[in-house]
Amino acid sequence: MHVGLQHYLAVSMILFCLGLLGVILRRNLLVIYMSLELMLNAANLALVSFSRFNDKLDGQVLVFFIITVAAAEVAVGLALIVALFRKRQSAHVEDLTSMKL
Amino acid sequence: MKYEILPWLILFLPLLSAAVITLFTLRCKTTSSLISIGAIVAGFVMTVVFINANGFHPAVSETMTNWLNFGGPLQIDFGLKLDALSLMMLLIVTGVGGAIHIYSYGYMDEDPSKARFFAFLSLFTFSMLGIVLANNFVMMFIFWELVGVSSYLLIGFWYEKPSAGDAAKKAFITNRLGDFGFLAGILMVWGLLGSLNFGVLKGAMETNPAALGCCATIAGLLVFCGAVGKSAQFPLHVWLPDAMEGPTPVSALIHAATMVAAGVYMLCRTLFLYTPDALHVIAYIGGFTALLAALIAVQQNDIKRIIAYSTLSQLGYMVMAVGLAGPTPAMFHLTTHAFFKALLFLSAGSVILGMHHEQDIWQMGNLRKKMPITFVTFLIGALALSGLWPLSGFFSKDSILGQAYGQHNYLLFIIGVFIAGLTTFYTFRLFFVVFFGQEKSKAASHAHESSLVITLPLIVLAVFSAIGGLIGIEGIYHYNFPIEGEQSAGFIAALFEPFKASPVAALLGLLAFAIGLVAAWALYAKAATDPLPAKLGGMATAMKNKFYFDELYEATFIRAHDGIAAVVNWIDQWILEGCGIGLVRGGTNLSGRMLRHLQTGNLQTYAFLFVLGVSLVLYFVLRK
Amino acid sequence: MEQINNLISGGAVTDLLFYVFAALTLLCGLLVIANPFSRNPVTSAMFLVLTIISMSGLFLLLHAFFLAAVQILVYAGAVIVLFIFVIMLLDLKEEQRRRIRFFGLFAGLLSVGIVFSIFIKCLSSAKLATEAPANAHDGETYALGKLLFTNYTLPFEIVSVLLLVAMIGVILLSKKKLE
Repeated sequence: MHVGLQHYLAVSMILFCLGLLGVILRRNLLVIYMSLELMLNAANLALVSFSRFNDKLDGQVLVFFIITVAAAEVAVGLALIVALFRKRQSAHVEDLTSMKL
Repeated sequence: MKYEILPWLILFLPLLSAAVITLFTLRCKTTSSLISIGAIVAGFVMTVVFINANGFHPAVSETMTNWLNFGGPLQIDFGLKLDALSLMMLLIVTGVGGAIHIYSYGYMDEDPSKARFFAFLSLFTFSMLGIVLANNFVMMFIFWELVGVSSYLLIGFWYEKPSAGDAAKKAFITNRLGDFGFLAGILMVWGLLGSLNFGVLKGAMETNPAALGCCATIAGLLVFCGAVGKSAQFPLHVWLPDAMEGPTPVSALIHAATMVAAGVYMLCRTLFLYTPDALHVIAYIGGFTALLAALIAVQQNDIKRIIAYSTLSQLGYMVMAVGLAGPTPAMFHLTTHAFFKALLFLSAGSVILGMHHEQDIWQMGNLRKKMPITFVTFLIGALALSGLWPLSGFFSKDSILGQAYGQHNYLLFIIGVFIAGLTTFYTFRLFFVVFFGQEKSKAASHAHESSLVITLPLIVLAVFSAIGGLIGIEGIYHYNFPIEGEQSAGFIAALFEPFKASPVAALLGLLAFAIGLVAAWALYAKAATDPLPAKLGGMATAMKNKFYFDELYEATFIRAHDGIAAVVNWIDQWILEGCGIGLVRGGTNLSGRMLRHLQTGNLQTYAFLFVLGVSLVLYFVLRK
Repeated sequence: MEQINNLISGGAVTDLLFYVFAALTLLCGLLVIANPFSRNPVTSAMFLVLTIISMSGLFLLLHAFFLAAVQILVYAGAVIVLFIFVIMLLDLKEEQRRRIRFFGLFAGLLSVGIVFSIFIKCLSSAKLATEAPANAHDGETYALGKLLFTNYTLPFEIVSVLLLVAMIGVILLSKKKLE
């Protein structure tokens, strides 16, 4: 079977769902963060393949921005995790329930 | 018309004064009282200037601006009516009111809230002037209510006394009862005639007397309800004696000279509305009130209450005169009554001051030596009230009796003459007990004359009480209510006019006066206690207890009202609050309690819910 | 370059490469989130590196050469290093196995199932191109750069500001005590 857009999208989809599963199931904050990165990458893959099969470069530009934002996000997020860890001595979501009143 | 601005100034100066006192000078007693006195005296001067320039019958009798325009037939103007009726009332309100303001300066000297008192007085003056000048029903009604409010404030001025607070509430609520009828009457008149302006209404009624159709009598009587409340006619008369809880100048200003006169004034202003049937009812209610109040007055012991019941009785007289189709005698009596009743109240206030706030007449006695000026002015007031020729009361009372006689209503005529006798009797009972005999208490032997600021208004009012009948006041009202027959000219002619016009009324009136005076002298000149209860027995007890009207109302209306209120309260508490609001509140509470469990503080639960939400959105967006 | 181009444009080889990279991506992705042998975050991070590298292979197959390079540079070079660095910094003990929450498991599978079914439905109903168009963008990096600095100048600048903000934020957050 010849590889087309459909195949790329299927890979992207599965990767996205893997990331989602990780976010909801894993309890280590760092791993949750990595799963988030997986989801972002899945979106990137979908965009690049759309760009390729529609013969337009705009999708790639968008991916470029997403990578940039993701880098910024990782920096800030990890800083937050470090600050949180200093205070609570834990990177485990079940120990971080201060959002409950 | 010259000086068109003056009436507006007269109307709004007291309001300005009330506002300034309330906002800025509440701390400074002297400044506040001077501002208030200045406003009303300036009003009096401007009134005189205006009348001097335009006469009592200005070329343009209305000046107005459109106030509320609702597009349809409902247009409400803010206008001033300037004719003999309102101009004369202006003179009374600003003149008598001015005297009372000056008197208050002395009377309230020791009161810590003097500034507040003068602010209220100014507010009241503004409201009263508004009633007098109003050229349409809505404006009159608004000021009517304002008068009610300011009277409430003034009666309850000494609010730390529970009795004063109760009296204020009683006055206000009783007035509201009458005002409800008044409002209904106004709506009815507007609905049937499509206008609220007095001039327009009068024109409509004159061109087509049957314009109101079958509802004419009802509409008239509903409007009359307002007067019943404000002028304290039976059956709403109960508030006026209690209103004596206020300071004495208030009693003089509001409950003798002006506010209670507003009802009579309103009747005269709207005289064109009333059918003969309505007038009959009005006349008999007035006559009955007059009789009832005079009888009660005979057995009261509080100096102010006696005068209050006397006021009631005289108001009944006026209403009776209106009912007998005699607005001129009514307004005439209103004017003279304003003079001598204000004089009596202020003299009584002077006595009370001299007696260190003792109001029971059986604690007084032999005050004529201690308080000579008050004695003389009180005597003049009493004689004028009793109707001795040639003091003012004689002329006005005679014109009312003459009206009754002329209308061949002999029942009301006899009642009127009888009341005249009673009036003399209770007035001189009061007079003899207070000023003659022996001192009946220590306070009476230490009484002293009041200061000049108090006696001066007394003297001025005494002069007017004496000559008020002779200076052509009656003639002025003829501008508004023209009658056939020549107007008397010349002082001497005016002096003897009543004897020519209706000798029966005049002579019988004087006879009643003489009988009342002799009876009072015989019973009370030397009495140390009241000899009358022994002679009259049960009747005297009934009179003393005001014929049990308060108790009757307590047992019927107030009880019924409490019952209805309890039922409504039950409905509110259990049906509205319990079921209606309770369900909503309970539902919110319950769903809140349930939703609370979703807030676990766990990040991943939130992520899960977030995904569910996103998928829901996706489903709706992508669904084809 | 020419040869690579020809190689990946060719039919069977490209398809084969796709399957290899796709399988590698998904496998490594799975191992990031669920590794039966190790629960150490460092292992996850390492598999994330592998995922990203195989994804850049997919990018190459899609003719996105520049992005493939950026992907490796930024993710493998910067982001993952940051992750490792933080893991070391925090000195995380190996995550002890906790009781499995059935609610958590159920919720995760349910939500993923829902999302997955929606995707499947969309994918199957959409008519997608199977044949890639001929290479219109030779010298792709040049075209991308041109696009970035003409049409997308404003977003580009905004993103640079965003990076600055992130930098300042991180510095502030990492201070021992906030004044």
